[in-house]
Amino acid sequence: MAKPRVLVLRAPGTNCGYETAYAFAQAGGIAEVCHVNRFLDRPAMSRDFQILCVPGGFSYGDDVTAGRILGNLFQHHLQDAMAEFKDAGKLILGICNGFQALIKSGLLLASDGNGVRATLCSNDSGRYEDRWVHLAVDGDRCVFLRGLSQLELPVAHAEGKFVARDATELQRLANAGQLVLRYVSPTGSEDPSFPTNPNGSQANVAGICDETGRVLGLMPHPERNIDPLHHPHWTRRPQPRQGDGLRLFQNAVEFFAA
Amino acid sequence: MTIWQVEIQAGGGHPDLTGRRLAADAADLGLGDRLGIRAAYGYLLQGELSREHVELLARELLSDPIVERTTVARAGDPALAARPAGVGPQASLVYVLFKPGVMDPVASSAQRAIADFQLRADEVRTFRKYWIEGLAADRIDTLCAKLLANDSIEQYVVGPLEVSRLQVGAPYQFRLVTTPIRDLDGPALDQLSRSRQLYLTRIEMETIQAYYVRAGRDPTDVELESLAQTWSEHCSHKTLTGRISYRDGDGARHFDNMLKETIFAATQQIRRDLADDDWCVSVFQDNAGIVRFDERYNAVFKVETHNHPSALEPYGGANTGLGGVIRDALGTGLGARPVCNTNVFCFAPPMAAPEDLPPGALHPLRVMKGVVAGVRDYGNRMGIPTVNGAIYFDPRYLANPLVYCGTVGILPQDKSFKQPRAGDWIVAVGGRTGRDGIHGATFSSAELTSDSEAVSGGAVQIGNAITEKMLLDVLLQARDQGLYHAITDCGAGGFSSAVGEMGAEIGAEVWLDKAPLKYEGLSYTEIWISEAQERMVLAVSEQDWPRFSALCASEDVEATIIGRFVPTGRLELKYDGHVVGDLPMDFLHNGRPPVVRDAVYDPPPDAPLSAADGPWRPGAPSRSPGGPVPTWTDALLRILGSLNVASKEWVIRQYDHEVRAGSVIKPLVGMHNDGPSDAAVLRPVLASRRGLVVACGMNPRYGDFDTYHMAASAIDEAIRNCVAVGADPRRIAILDNFCWGYTDRPETLGSLVRAALACRDVAVALQTPFISGKDSLNNEYSYVDPNGDKRTIAIPASLLISALGQVDDVGRCVTMDAKQAGNRIYLVGMTRAELGGSHLSLVEDLSGGRVPTVDTATAKRTFAAIHVAINAGCVRACHDLSEGGLAVAAAEMAFAGGLGMTLQLAAVRQDLGDIGESDRDAYLLFAESNTRFLCEVPPSEGARFEQALGDVPHALVGEVCVDARLRIAGTDAAATLVIDAELADLKKAWQEPLRW
Repeated sequence: MAKPRVLVLRAPGTNCGYETAYAFAQAGGIAEVCHVNRFLDRPAMSRDFQILCVPGGFSYGDDVTAGRILGNLFQHHLQDAMAEFKDAGKLILGICNGFQALIKSGLLLASDGNGVRATLCSNDSGRYEDRWVHLAVDGDRCVFLRGLSQLELPVAHAEGKFVARDATELQRLANAGQLVLRYVSPTGSEDPSFPTNPNGSQANVAGICDETGRVLGLMPHPERNIDPLHHPHWTRRPQPRQGDGLRLFQNAVEFFAA
Repeated sequence: MTIWQVEIQAGGGHPDLTGRRLAADAADLGLGDRLGIRAAYGYLLQGELSREHVELLARELLSDPIVERTTVARAGDPALAARPAGVGPQASLVYVLFKPGVMDPVASSAQRAIADFQLRADEVRTFRKYWIEGLAADRIDTLCAKLLANDSIEQYVVGPLEVSRLQVGAPYQFRLVTTPIRDLDGPALDQLSRSRQLYLTRIEMETIQAYYVRAGRDPTDVELESLAQTWSEHCSHKTLTGRISYRDGDGARHFDNMLKETIFAATQQIRRDLADDDWCVSVFQDNAGIVRFDERYNAVFKVETHNHPSALEPYGGANTGLGGVIRDALGTGLGARPVCNTNVFCFAPPMAAPEDLPPGALHPLRVMKGVVAGVRDYGNRMGIPTVNGAIYFDPRYLANPLVYCGTVGILPQDKSFKQPRAGDWIVAVGGRTGRDGIHGATFSSAELTSDSEAVSGGAVQIGNAITEKMLLDVLLQARDQGLYHAITDCGAGGFSSAVGEMGAEIGAEVWLDKAPLKYEGLSYTEIWISEAQERMVLAVSEQDWPRFSALCASEDVEATIIGRFVPTGRLELKYDGHVVGDLPMDFLHNGRPPVVRDAVYDPPPDAPLSAADGPWRPGAPSRSPGGPVPTWTDALLRILGSLNVASKEWVIRQYDHEVRAGSVIKPLVGMHNDGPSDAAVLRPVLASRRGLVVACGMNPRYGDFDTYHMAASAIDEAIRNCVAVGADPRRIAILDNFCWGYTDRPETLGSLVRAALACRDVAVALQTPFISGKDSLNNEYSYVDPNGDKRTIAIPASLLISALGQVDDVGRCVTMDAKQAGNRIYLVGMTRAELGGSHLSLVEDLSGGRVPTVDTATAKRTFAAIHVAINAGCVRACHDLSEGGLAVAAAEMAFAGGLGMTLQLAAVRQDLGDIGESDRDAYLLFAESNTRFLCEVPPSEGARFEQALGDVPHALVGEVCVDARLRIAGTDAAATLVIDAELADLKKAWQEPLRW
């Protein structure tokens, strides 16, 4: 099979490009980290890639609000290229700041007549936190999460609280099977309290996908748990073959093997 | 020109987190209980914008309509003064804005983002807005000054905001300024030094005067400033590299260059001893020390301090402190890639009563929160994991907080040295130059006084991490493409230091009018000495310039030619063609008269361990009032809850310690990811199993007894922390950071020299090289108390030792948390009668006693043996013994692992000398003797472990057990339990104090 090519987009302040590209490479992809200015210079470059990833960091300093300025760039200058990419049956992944940028650009959830449908805002704790969380996967809509039911990953953010526009919108997303990743307790049970739900997200949402299941945004960092030595308990337990997060990258790569 | 105000506050039923946090902080700072604070923030936009435009921007760019609501109005519109729903009629309105010219990264980003909407704002500023209820009107100013705004960078306005223009700066009219100096007498020279904030001594001023008398002219202002910067304590370290006559109990000794003859000399000797195995690459030479890491890379390490700025503006001070040390790594060799940060802070206890603060001093709680936030926001934005750190508390850090920031980087071996060449362009890259940070280098060398806030406010800056991140991204590409010959950072002293140092061997001509400015109006001198952040200076050849310049432009990084290295041996400064400064490099760098100082060390008399009311009876520990506690459990709980020992999780979690995905041993470990790791381990290269280990050691309390043993203990602690996780003791490099009081006092300098002597002795004995270091002197705060008496707070002697270790295979590392019931617990090392300066002394309010010393011969063998045992895979957990001794280490190991532990003090290897039988338990539990470890070993590995230890003192002292209690049996015949506590209680005592 031909290895899919992955465009890992970096903007000023993006800082997880190196390890995200490494994770895709470990999963069998060919990853290239590229400055967003090059994409702006030549939007058609995306035609050379099968997977587009917006990794974590603080694009443009998260000034104004996290992911907003990069999201606006997508919206104002790259909308056509990205829509074409998505419509071609390719995959888009936004991790942490990438999720924030995707949701704010309207690429993940297109705005309707009533405006933006959901957002990510300041954690209820009011502060940035780095901690490991347990996640449950709901449904089978999302390409990236196939074959996964539970996983452990770290979160590291200040603005990761998922809020839908209103209760109706939240229900609509749930019904559509788009609320694909949820914070759960270590035993897998529902628990909206801190720190199981680290930021106060509605319905414990940690990640959502678009209606096709080929665009995923998530706050936790799968690229930080691809090796057994990434896990905080690796000195306490027998080693699994790989970290939980690697599966997500493998799913993306294998999607193009079919 | 219209100014629009876009005001944003929480909406849609979402909470006002900022208002709540500030109300809680106000209560903590004693500024008012139960205040109602409603917070908003927003933007002032100046430009040809219609209301529809601004409403579009408000909706789609500046606010989040789902959780916020906005008000758009022309600035000054009465609608903006209308009280929001739920705010009472008595509420006061306060606006806080940055002072003109202060870095406002959000405003700059917003201005650029507005262009994406095909709109144009000529100027943008941000503001914060508060409605305050429940506070008398005459106390509003106090609340603003102490909580809402910081006068060194911000201004506040009570009531509606009136603004007519946003831009700052005015055109600059060139005028050459010279300062007559040739005819001044001594007092007039002193006066000149003071009034111009040069902070030069009489003899230095006289040397400068003599130079100009010979030259037959007077200095220009920029020449005087250049000399003051280059000769400042901060840039030249003239005290410690100067001549010192030292005297202690062993006699007198003269140093021509104290640091060179102690710490540098130790490293040179180690390198000679290692001969072909020498793994140091560049020491005490570049912006950071460089050692070999693997076949491809070297590792670099530097720790800096940013104490004085952090005392005035904790957020900005810490922010730029970290930004500066990251640039040190980036400016080492041809540029190292930063891979992790470490931060150590010293604060006064954060619960100090506000009324006890000296005038002009910020409350330590505010200092601590500001410093942590400053480090968090810079480090996280840079994408560099903060993996290690420590916080020490002592009342003497009031008004003198210490902020140590360190960065580790990796550097391709063939990029480890730089060499600017005559003919190279002098290129400034990164941020623009503004009026920020003028006089930082000279100011940070001076003692703080209660009016230094007013005098030196310009020395405080705010960083913009994204500018530095962009710089980092582009420079590492340029490095790999070989597009420059030399690089250094613009730190203290700005262009003056950077260009002066880089061109010291060649000569340089600088065109100051070429430097890009943040705003108009800067004089040539201000441009030359500005310490605006996020700037680097490079030497780029004429041939490489087009490629270099295009690369920078492709990522929106500004690069500008500001001069040329020329083979003149002179520093020539020009502005619009006018020569404004012309000095020989030799006079600038070597013309300073040597500083000559006296230093004495008189050992304090030996005193037995004593309580406030007489001799201490360790057999009868103090107990909680009325509580039947016939054991040491209560003392253990209080040590666990003492601020130095207590969990720092609240701080650690705010730092991204996993970005770059190289984290192997995290700062918090154990069953619930909340135990205190001894050191951090990371893989700088993801495809390799080779790891870096980062740790530190510091014991300011021991310095009150003897700074020699304090320094020795700090080195031992830093090394044993590395060894405890698996580092190879033959590959540990260390750094020294001396923060001291006023070293013109012979006693204060004497205590420093004595610490440096210990550094030399211990480094050589352990074959552990110092590779870099820094000092910050004169950390004292003077003020006038209400009775009109002058008071001074001097920090305790504060030597931070930072250690960078290496491991061959990170998969062999161990963590400190107990793993498995039934495993054995060994105590490695010798316990001595060393409770002087201990944490038992702290919580029991004891004085005297013997301070821990280091037996270097045993220490070297112990570190080697522990490494063999860990590498052989027979250790499941290892924890070093430090503050609080055996009892604290055992408690931490147990509760981190969620497993109980039983120990027998009678089994401990000890050398307690003449300590009476009934007193021995206290020493065995709480002595802080160095070079000791607790190791958890499976029974099946016991023999191998003991074999690895050989004749290193060690003993089987207990085992891990299932039930969640720590039980320690005393030395009496009946083995009575002297500690018996539930893990939950121990953990709670440890976690509660700093869990905010």
